[in-house]
Amino acid sequence: MLHPFPHEPRGETPLVEFRGVTCGYGGTTALVDVSVSIWEGEFVGLLGPSGAGKTTFLRAILGAVEIYRGQVLVEGRPHDRGRAPAGYVPQVETVDWNFPVTVEQVVLMGFAGRGWLPWASKEERERARAVMERLGIAHLAGRHIRALSGGQQQRAFLARALVSSPRLLLLDEPTAGVDIKTRDDILHLLHELNHDGTTIVLTTHEINAVAAHLPRVICINQRVVADGPPAQVFTPEVMSRTYGAPMTVVHHEGLVLVAERPHRYYEEHLARSRASEGDGDA
Amino acid sequence: MLEPFAYDFFVRGFVVAGLVGALCGLMGIYVVLRRMSYIGHGLSHAMLGGAVVSYVMAFNFYLGAGLWGFLSALLINATVQRRRMLGADAVIGVITTASFAVGVALISRYRTFTRNFEAALLGEILGIQPQDLLAVAVMTVLAAVFVFFCYRRLLFVTFDPEVAGYYGVPVQWLDSLFALALAGTIVVSMQVIGVTMLVAALVIPAATARLLTDSFHRLALLSVGIGALSGVAGVYISYYLDISSGANVVLVTTGAFALAYAWSALRHRLAAIQGLRALD
Repeated sequence: MLHPFPHEPRGETPLVEFRGVTCGYGGTTALVDVSVSIWEGEFVGLLGPSGAGKTTFLRAILGAVEIYRGQVLVEGRPHDRGRAPAGYVPQVETVDWNFPVTVEQVVLMGFAGRGWLPWASKEERERARAVMERLGIAHLAGRHIRALSGGQQQRAFLARALVSSPRLLLLDEPTAGVDIKTRDDILHLLHELNHDGTTIVLTTHEINAVAAHLPRVICINQRVVADGPPAQVFTPEVMSRTYGAPMTVVHHEGLVLVAERPHRYYEEHLARSRASEGDGDA
Repeated sequence: MLEPFAYDFFVRGFVVAGLVGALCGLMGIYVVLRRMSYIGHGLSHAMLGGAVVSYVMAFNFYLGAGLWGFLSALLINATVQRRRMLGADAVIGVITTASFAVGVALISRYRTFTRNFEAALLGEILGIQPQDLLAVAVMTVLAAVFVFFCYRRLLFVTFDPEVAGYYGVPVQWLDSLFALALAGTIVVSMQVIGVTMLVAALVIPAATARLLTDSFHRLALLSVGIGALSGVAGVYISYYLDISSGANVVLVTTGAFALAYAWSALRHRLAAIQGLRALD
């Protein structure tokens, strides 16, 4: 496990606070009555099925959804779009890989909201170079983004988010579509960043490979179903309420493993149980 | 070789073709990369309606047609955002062809115009007046200033408009300014190259540059260069071939695209051969 214990929250006010938030897009609600506090230094995973509102949760922090009820506070204040002290890493599926940009040009986009000259300043270039070196992609600076492996692509977008030294890092499925080693590398990198003080919130579909290794997991299905360390959150009841299907939770050598129960097997098992109960009654 | 430069009309046409080529090459980068080629095509047609209306109402041509195009672009954006079930292409089709139809209807109703609307349709590079040249020059400077100061923001918005907003880039403002600059570009280029061929000047230089490089910075320089060179070469060659200058500019630009396409195919083939050799 990367994080066997949750971090002690720092500060007097949460870095991000959802107060009874109901929000969505164009009148359609995506999250309902969500109340969650995320403190400085935390590493939080958002878990839930597709359409559960995980990405909307991140977008609400960024001020990019319509809030119908409640409030989202960042550093104790309501905020506007683009003002959150956050670096955002989108799902790689949304990226146009044929767009003519090199890795360095992508990383320097992290400074795009500042200055009016068409070229990056010396300080910006040095900072971008330092972040790329830390993430192990400095040697790829001049390469086109399409020519990178899945892990390198993820690091390029992570570098863009990190160049402005954000206190909060929001990642939308950072390990989707990458192999086991790359996933492990990305998780260790995020773990290091978190230990250096960056608050991290990520979304994931990977229960055992990612969420189980985080200190805090929030299970969402439009509403918050459960919130806490994986050992407390991963119960058959919570998993079933989150995913709408029965799931088996196994505790093995300190690890919590969640197994999806194939429906056919479950139904057959249920039928056999009922039949045997019927035989017993007879 | 220098014979055509003895004529004032040729010098004006030569200069204006270079300027329009560079201007369309510059704006075309964003049009092509944002996959907005159809909006360039539609707006150029829509502005004919604005041009005719401004004549009927004795309004300044550049101001009237430019404003008409800008409002059309804003209307397209607003309709696409509010009625997502309609694709952008359908909305562009409805608004711009309706606008074009207004122009055609007015031309057929009021047949006595001082302005030659054939020039707006087909272009008249060698018939350019000094005030038209001035309008093109001013618009080129304004577009260059806009792109210079918004270069990094425009790059981010073109690459990923949603995420750019999260990083503090004022996406809606930039989109509106870009629509204004595009409308201005189309209105000053209309008299030069013609509505029917304007989209070629907007799209082909950037598409050609895209085949030659994977770097946005190089693409920007190449697109402007290809646009300007194709413009002046097209006008120069048309003098000797005695063919329409606007059409020849488009043909020269298309020739550059064909060469770039062949080069790109050759480069990919060579890379594949090198890759196979490395495996042996």
